[in-house]
Amino acid sequence: MTESILVARNLVKTYTQRSGKFGFGTTLVKALDNVSITLRAGSTLAVVGESGSGKSTLARCLLQLQPLDSGEVLFAGEDLAKLNGPALRAVRKNLQMVFQDPFASLNPRMRVGEIVGEGLVIHDVGNSAEQQQKVIAMLKRVGLTEADMQKYPHEFSGGQRQRIGIARALVLQPKLVVCDEPVSALDVSIQAQILLLLKELQAEMALSYLFISHDLRVVRHIADDIVVMNQGKIVEQGAVVDIYQRPQHEYTQNLLAAIPGKKIDLSKKTVNA
Amino acid sequence: MKAETHKAFPLLQLENVTITLKKSPTRLLVKDVSFTIEAGKTTCVVGESGSGKSLTALSVMGLLSKQLQLSSGRVLFNDSQLGLKDLTTLDAESLRKIRGAKIAMIFQEPMTSLNPVLTVGYQIGESLTTHLGLKGERLKTKISSLLELVGIPSSRANSYPDELSGGQRQRVMIAMSIACEPQLLIADEPTTALDVTVQAQILKLLDELKTRMNMGMLFITHDFGVVADIADNVVVMFRGEIVESGTKEQVLGNPQHPYTKALLACVPDAEGKNPLRPIDYAWLLENQPSLSKAPSLTAGVIA
Repeated sequence: MTESILVARNLVKTYTQRSGKFGFGTTLVKALDNVSITLRAGSTLAVVGESGSGKSTLARCLLQLQPLDSGEVLFAGEDLAKLNGPALRAVRKNLQMVFQDPFASLNPRMRVGEIVGEGLVIHDVGNSAEQQQKVIAMLKRVGLTEADMQKYPHEFSGGQRQRIGIARALVLQPKLVVCDEPVSALDVSIQAQILLLLKELQAEMALSYLFISHDLRVVRHIADDIVVMNQGKIVEQGAVVDIYQRPQHEYTQNLLAAIPGKKIDLSKKTVNA
Repeated sequence: MKAETHKAFPLLQLENVTITLKKSPTRLLVKDVSFTIEAGKTTCVVGESGSGKSLTALSVMGLLSKQLQLSSGRVLFNDSQLGLKDLTTLDAESLRKIRGAKIAMIFQEPMTSLNPVLTVGYQIGESLTTHLGLKGERLKTKISSLLELVGIPSSRANSYPDELSGGQRQRVMIAMSIACEPQLLIADEPTTALDVTVQAQILKLLDELKTRMNMGMLFITHDFGVVADIADNVVVMFRGEIVESGTKEQVLGNPQHPYTKALLACVPDAEGKNPLRPIDYAWLLENQPSLSKAPSLTAGVIA
């Protein structure tokens, strides 16, 4: 058994929602209800569920982008929930995130070089020449060019923007990357490119991924372990192979049955492309 | 043209439709596209973003933006009352009578295509009042029954779009589009923004409605999984051209064109048996010289 890089225990997060006439009443929504997960170092843990199941809240709470009500998040032996200010910022160097929407997650008024290099500046990594070198190397690694540093995000296609988002997350050489639906806004052909890129980078940089998705076809290809969430609770977890072959919980079975393309088995076709 | 149904013609027939930019008429965004849609059948148009599939759909509705023009080709719509009409030659007034009543459209983003300051009931009722002249109690009853038909409680007619979930909003869009019982429904990636479970529900709903109302459906998507679930006929587009078309069994079961094969191969399979294969455009262009003729189109497609 490999060591675990991230352990979350008994996470609880409750949102207050206005309800009733004029919003005078309040109802409590349990976005995370006693959630515990373990991410093994160098592996990919997928969190799947419908929208509203709490998977994005889980990601945000793990990175302390939102405060938890209770529970602990152990990263390399430290409880992130207890850290504050500078200590938390120092740890965040190792925790990066790739966002869902490649259009909304890049500042339109910053050049790509600045976007990717910002983390290096914040964490004071090397002098400016070294930072420049790192940014260039990272851009090249994700399939962009040195000349792209001077461009603005609007000059790129959706797939290219997601590459910029990945470069921004990885330039600090983090240990853990949280990918919140990184390919759901992309075309199938681009999706395959980005997934392969993520897999290659994982092998090269010994990354651990927390991969959030509602597309079980994508998860099958990238994840080692899987957590199925429904209404803030984990209903099932285990190795990807086991869950896909023998889903125990009814909710998981429904999710698997909803995958489009069941009528014709696309996988049987021989392809020489 | 005689005002009777031309039995020999299908519901919709696109003949050599070409769409260009007004400013540079040599730049072909959609090139020589021809296909047909039969009543009660679903034709799926598949392709990546930038392949011209949405433009083709918009041209049927006469909704192309002002910078674009339909430079040649005919769009023949075979209506049971109006007879055979070339939609490209109709004036704005006659087109308005067809839109919503005979041909309806569902757009991709249920969040942005509904008006946030009007109740969903009002928005569903709009086309009923315009095209069928329904008012008062009869209008209310019809709206309620439409909402029930798409699986939303009729009490939600007074809700605003932001009070509904993404799946419910798309159901409202569907209720709006089928309100006047159109003969042709155009759906432009109606499930791309939705979860898998909701997607499965919406696809099932559309398929049922199509059968019940004997509608023809033009369904645009980039997901071959969806195609396998819903299509009768498939048209594959690449850089503004049709590269392959046929029945679902032909195109999915025995793809001929290298682009179709490549597009099929990059759909991740749920069993995880096949490795992921992104499309290798350089290889495609080398092996299919006919595709490289439109260099102006290549720039935007490669990610």
